[in-house]
Amino acid sequence: MSEPPGAVTLAEPAPAIDIPSEKLTAQRVQPLRKPGRWIATAVALVLVAQFTHGLISNPFYQWDRFGYWFLRPVILDGLLITLEVAAYSAVLGLLGGILLALARLSRSPVLRAVSWTYVWALRSIPLIVVLLFLYNFSALYQTLSVGVPFGPAFFRFDESRLATDMVIAVVGLSLNEAAYAAEVVRGGILSVDQGQHEAAAALGLPKRYQFWKIVFPQALRSITPNYVNQLIGLVKSTSLVFYVSLLDLFGTAQTMGATYPGDIVPLLLVVTVWYLILTSLVSVVQFYVERYYARGATRSLPPTPLQKLRTGLTDLRARIRREAAV
Amino acid sequence: MTTETVQSADTAAIVPAAVEVHDVHKWYGAHRVLDGVSLTVRPGEVTVILGPSGSGKSTLLRVINHLEKPEIGYVSVNGELIGVRRNGDRLRELSERAILTQRGRIGFVFQNFNLFPHLTVLDNVAAAPAATGRLAKSAALELARELLDRVGLADKAGAYPRQLSGGQQQRVAIARALALRPGVILFDEPTSALDPELVGEVLAVIKDLATSGTTLVIVTHEVGFAREVADRVVFIDGGKIVEQGPPGEVLDKPQHERTRDFLSKVL
Repeated sequence: MSEPPGAVTLAEPAPAIDIPSEKLTAQRVQPLRKPGRWIATAVALVLVAQFTHGLISNPFYQWDRFGYWFLRPVILDGLLITLEVAAYSAVLGLLGGILLALARLSRSPVLRAVSWTYVWALRSIPLIVVLLFLYNFSALYQTLSVGVPFGPAFFRFDESRLATDMVIAVVGLSLNEAAYAAEVVRGGILSVDQGQHEAAAALGLPKRYQFWKIVFPQALRSITPNYVNQLIGLVKSTSLVFYVSLLDLFGTAQTMGATYPGDIVPLLLVVTVWYLILTSLVSVVQFYVERYYARGATRSLPPTPLQKLRTGLTDLRARIRREAAV
Repeated sequence: MTTETVQSADTAAIVPAAVEVHDVHKWYGAHRVLDGVSLTVRPGEVTVILGPSGSGKSTLLRVINHLEKPEIGYVSVNGELIGVRRNGDRLRELSERAILTQRGRIGFVFQNFNLFPHLTVLDNVAAAPAATGRLAKSAALELARELLDRVGLADKAGAYPRQLSGGQQQRVAIARALALRPGVILFDEPTSALDPELVGEVLAVIKDLATSGTTLVIVTHEVGFAREVADRVVFIDGGKIVEQGPPGEVLDKPQHERTRDFLSKVL
């Protein structure tokens, strides 16, 4: 038997240079220096400082006019419309998404096909087109009726009375949102372990209970971050409702800008800051919702920012004490 | 064939078998998993099913509570047909709701525990009796506490499953099955996912059930445990029951070549 090549390499003694002739006394390990990171940090700081300086000192931004507009009632009214449209569409969109996802996961090929086609169509059509279609809907169908297709109608609605600008906006956004939410929800449901379905079935839990109490809460863990992503997109998409003559935050700024052409930039800043605030609020809510649904999934819950700050400070104090001791 | 069925139905009328599997066939696609399996388990009996992997023993167990539908044949538990009803000379599938109600009388313990991770241990155990409306919420919680005490986990009621060891999780799963007050409990390799030092605590709980007269059907690889608790050992291979009998016969004096072969590998 020839000697295995591995044994030869192993038998080769490691280069003797590194082996200390004397025994090392316990030494503090020097952290690796990273000069590249220091340089990059310095460059980033300079860029941030420049940007901030420009933002503050450039008269083009007219911060005094920003202050004038920021809390004007007309802007706040627009903000309220934005919030209303976003909230209704978020809830209706999610409900629609759940129904579509269930249809897509059902055993009926017809339901699956209908759901797939809906998602395919609504994801393909630009939201603005959907909104404008709905806006002109009353011209296409004067009355809406509930009844047998091609047969008698049971209820009739006068479409023009039903469809206010608000309803059109909410319906349009919800239709669009449902298509995206469907995929988010479906992904979440598929992420739940098959064993959970089996255990729920083996215990004889009623079908509804299986879905709402066992499967869905676990799916929410992966649905939440994805749906919040959708939601942030939705909050910004509400700016399109201006085109169906609803005066939301953006629409108000647009109209005011037309009346006071000199104030267009500060008005855009007002809109920007409000959208930043809305997105931040959604992110805060997301953190706590995710933390809630993490119960049981992780051995301990992720810390809140306050808890993080507290442990951070404790660690820092301990480190300073250690450094000082050496 | 027909007279046979009538006869077994007649005997069943006197003392219904806890579990009766009658000539069950099951295919996965073109693969035949169960090939005419018949098995009768008397009330209070502990049956251990042994067999190589892929022999169909887990499928047999899952057919009993209708997690798998047999293509041919039927199963009854305590004299009640499972998943189907008799319509003259034919078997008709039951509604999903009716099947769920039937499953609520059969305990099932999984290899991977399958506890609900988002519910506390107490809520895991109380879920079924409360959700099916068999007990009021408070009564269900009280029952759950009792059962957790019985499996030695009274102090873990408020914990979440992932905070427990595998052995503890499986004991919770057993308590959850017991909360159904089942006529029979089915165990699908209850110790296969456990670290060796945790197997004992789970087997101890099962042994306690066995001695208290609960009807148990256990699929396991623990031959030593089978010898200790089983009233009957069933050896299954290739979707067929090869032999069955008291553990002293099947395990010590196996008649069949395949049984001898299997036992020589696992012992």
